[in-house]
Amino acid sequence: MMPDSNRLASGGLIDRSKTIGFSFDGRSYRGYAGDTLASALLANDVRLVGRSFKYHRPRGIMTAGPEEPNALVELRAGARREPNTRATTIALFDGLEAWSQNRWPSLRYDVGAINWLLSPLFVAGFYYKTFMWPAAFWEKVYEPAIRRAAGLGRASGEADPDTYEKINAFCDVLIIGGGAAGLAAALAAGRSGARIMLCDEDCTLGGRLNSDLGEVDGRPGADWARHVTAELEALPNVRILSRTSVFGVYDGGTYGALERVSDHLAEPQPHQSRQRYWKIVAKRAVLASGAIERPIVFGGNDRPGVMMAAGVRSYLNRYAVKPGRRAAVYTGCDDAWTTAFDLARSGVTVTAIIDHRATVAPQLRAEATRLAIPVHLGADVTQTRGGRRGLQAITLRRADGREQGLPVDLLAMSAGWSPHLALTTHLGHRPRWSEAHAAFVPDALPPGMSVAGAAAGAFGLAEALRQGTALGTAAAEATGFAITAAPAPRADDEPIALAPFWHLGSSSKAFIDFQHDVTSADVALAAREGFRSVELLKRYTTLGMATDQGKTSNINGQAMMAELTGRSMAEIGTTMFRAPATPVAIGALAGHHRGRDFRPTRLTAGHGWAEQSNASFVEAGAWLRAQWFAQPGETDWLTTVSREVRDVRSKVGVCDVSTLGKIDVQGSDAGTFLDRVYINMFSTLPVGKTRYGVMLREDGLVMDDGTAARFAPDHYVVSTTTANAAKVMQHLEHARQVLWPELDVQLVSVTEQWSQYSIAGPGARQLLDRLLGDVVDVSDAALPYLGCVEFTWRDVPARLFRVSFSGELGYEIAVPAQYGDAAIRAIMEAGAEFGIIPYGTEALGVMRIEKGHVAGNEINGTTTAADLGLGRMMSQKKDYIGRVLAHRPGLTDPDRPTLVGLRPINPMARLRAGAHMLALGAAPTTENDEGYVTSIAFSPALGHWIGLALVKRGPARHGERMRAYDPVRDGDTEVELVSPVFIDPQGARLHG
Amino acid sequence: MRIPCPFCGERDVSEFAYHGDTAKRPDPATDDGQRRFFEAVYLRDNPAGPHRELWYHAQGCRSWLIVTRDVRTHEVLGAALATRGAA
Ligand SMILES: [Zn+2]
Repeated sequence: MMPDSNRLASGGLIDRSKTIGFSFDGRSYRGYAGDTLASALLANDVRLVGRSFKYHRPRGIMTAGPEEPNALVELRAGARREPNTRATTIALFDGLEAWSQNRWPSLRYDVGAINWLLSPLFVAGFYYKTFMWPAAFWEKVYEPAIRRAAGLGRASGEADPDTYEKINAFCDVLIIGGGAAGLAAALAAGRSGARIMLCDEDCTLGGRLNSDLGEVDGRPGADWARHVTAELEALPNVRILSRTSVFGVYDGGTYGALERVSDHLAEPQPHQSRQRYWKIVAKRAVLASGAIERPIVFGGNDRPGVMMAAGVRSYLNRYAVKPGRRAAVYTGCDDAWTTAFDLARSGVTVTAIIDHRATVAPQLRAEATRLAIPVHLGADVTQTRGGRRGLQAITLRRADGREQGLPVDLLAMSAGWSPHLALTTHLGHRPRWSEAHAAFVPDALPPGMSVAGAAAGAFGLAEALRQGTALGTAAAEATGFAITAAPAPRADDEPIALAPFWHLGSSSKAFIDFQHDVTSADVALAAREGFRSVELLKRYTTLGMATDQGKTSNINGQAMMAELTGRSMAEIGTTMFRAPATPVAIGALAGHHRGRDFRPTRLTAGHGWAEQSNASFVEAGAWLRAQWFAQPGETDWLTTVSREVRDVRSKVGVCDVSTLGKIDVQGSDAGTFLDRVYINMFSTLPVGKTRYGVMLREDGLVMDDGTAARFAPDHYVVSTTTANAAKVMQHLEHARQVLWPELDVQLVSVTEQWSQYSIAGPGARQLLDRLLGDVVDVSDAALPYLGCVEFTWRDVPARLFRVSFSGELGYEIAVPAQYGDAAIRAIMEAGAEFGIIPYGTEALGVMRIEKGHVAGNEINGTTTAADLGLGRMMSQKKDYIGRVLAHRPGLTDPDRPTLVGLRPINPMARLRAGAHMLALGAAPTTENDEGYVTSIAFSPALGHWIGLALVKRGPARHGERMRAYDPVRDGDTEVELVSPVFIDPQGARLHG
Repeated sequence: MRIPCPFCGERDVSEFAYHGDTAKRPDPATDDGQRRFFEAVYLRDNPAGPHRELWYHAQGCRSWLIVTRDVRTHEVLGAALATRGAA
């Protein structure tokens, strides 16, 4: 075959001066700028482009738009390979590579076509029925077979090399669709000065105007669209987004749209995204999404060469491609006659117009006669025949019942049009059946939306232009913009009559859902087996559940079901469309939020210093925290961490604790307020003192713990755990604003404003005296355990708290975050002579376990204060959040698992968090489960592993031996229950 | 969904955290306090229609809002600062 042999010599919207080379299934072809992959393939006489989902039937290009069910290809190679792209929407670019899908070893000789013989396996309800069979049979036989045979395309399996963006936008009027109605609406609304956004899926505005020969305002439709586009582009208040699909309607006038920024290029330009996800908030929207042409259900209607009639006109008029040489048109509506006329004028032999109707408008017949096209009224196509290249002949059944073969390689079909109304149903509004349109048309609409043109059932061009103008005007006026009345663009009112007809009895497969291979026989089976509602029909047969969401198929399946069950279309109704209306890559929804950028990383002011000090970091909430600081020669983390623990306990160490939440609480009722949110008293806390506190949720379980320091009668600073900082802030604001708005108290989060370092170890006081001795007295008398003080250090406000999480003599020093880096360097410098080392979260964790302090592993949302050994802190003198329900019988049951320490009997044995606690000799069953290990650590001081656990009546069982049973990791360790405080139970060190 | 924060103006729902209906915290001093608290925490009404509920403008002004919303349509009928419009 000659390259480009189906291209017309002139006409169309392609640029013949720009030749584009591309390949399909490894063969090279050429097309022109302005082509889609589909038009270029047809121009090169490539008619077979894929195999179908279940039966591996040869399939060709059926439509010229985004509703295409058949021509799905794998686009690009390597990491950019994308399956299931519609050849009809892929703009041709130089070097484009595409591959047919779902065939092996090649498109022409597909072994999977054997599925055709196994087709009883694939009838409606097959999946549901086989699930009733033994599971082994399903797993070993059917699933592997189906997975190999069915399915569409292959993902690349590699990381996506492209970037995606998200953007928010706001406008007065959003116009969805840039066809005749949308352009008219944009023109009317845009001239008012209202902020307009116009989104259109195509690369060129105009919709059907680019594919049909009708005139607007005395010029060809495509010219008029160019002219209007230029005017709109000149308006500063109008933003046009081409190649942009509005895919979802959400509450509050919010719309989701996907802009294909770079998909028309081989790869994105440097620093450009591939796609952009728009979240558009619009006061009003005009939906002008057009209509989708309906196929006719007859035997062999899926053969390559059987195409939608309007799609054929697109190829002829827009792309200057003849999709065939001998054509017939099969229809029941006036619109498809235009296809026959356009084909004839383009030099294609039209052997028949076959119309299901007995009578048609005289002017249609006259034009057919003028073009010498034979017309068969009251006639149907009952069968197709074909070969490797697709359609070769059709069987025509004439009004008198006689059948006749017609050799054709192109059959253009149309059963009329269905408004493309998916976006009207996303918020739960249902369309209604209109006998006049023989279609579902929009009825109740999402707030702020109106529908114009073919999407509203106005299938004629003149009426679409009038509606667009009227609704564009109304939308702009509704948002407060005045309109100078201008007449709607003019066009002739062409005939648009149709008689609905849905399917013909057929002895061979007649396809309804081409993408999912659902046939008329499947619908009939569903009806026989009682799956008669449209929702059941959909799920039983998978009708409309492919990536095209049944754009071309739903209506035919539903109509057939209505007929088979003797109901009207109004009675049977239609299924709901859900977002996204067109496929959207997950990458586009994620935008930049992937991999390391999944969420922002928060760094403390001392991060740079920690990096220089060879820290390894760990994620803690949204923060990165130093986990440990390996020294030269240390080869494993346990060595490093144990050394850090020993150094802190024998000398002094410093740890960045800036990530802990800090909430400033001020007001004359601050003490009263804290009394109500902590289980213990804070109003009695003296100024200059710090106290450990526990907060409950109102259900009585522990929410968080931390300290509060009092710097003035009306000023406290509350600390929270790193992970719960935001949650505690929300909780306290709830208490302040909702529960007790009458209290004089104000809150502000100051977590980011202060850098804070914990300095712990026997040398801590000497170090601080060296560092701060000239500005603050750090002696035990002046700053005893749990004291706190504010002072000025080198002209900077600073705070010092004498608190300890490690059990050592400990302080925390806080400075404004901009001095955080300077502070840690000053601490390290002053500490050098005391042997200071930096330590990370892991050493901190070891030391808190050695001291039996609870942390996130224990405060896990299921534990009470009493479970954690903190029951005595619960004040009897006041009410507080969680008090009442903490006294529920279930939460005060003495059998509840309660905090206890664990010591392995074999000192070499390793403990594992998550292991279950069983009595010695007890079978590992749920009934015998007595608790679980929450935290474990290797204690350098003790020389063996230790653990914390929640065990039934744990505190009363110190000395008892149990099993820590961990079947997942083959752990089964005999342990002794001991006090959770392993080191310095008297607290001599921290009072030192 | 869009929520008209009285302080910040109309904002996308993703800036807010949901809390639940505006049931008052019961009086802890009453004899059947435990039952009242249990019902307030666990047994919430779920009316089909307008619902008074609490939203926190977590990524905005940190105000707690009493939002009246039709839960069938997500139509927001009003929003007030919780400190002003006592539940
Ligand atoms: Zn706000």
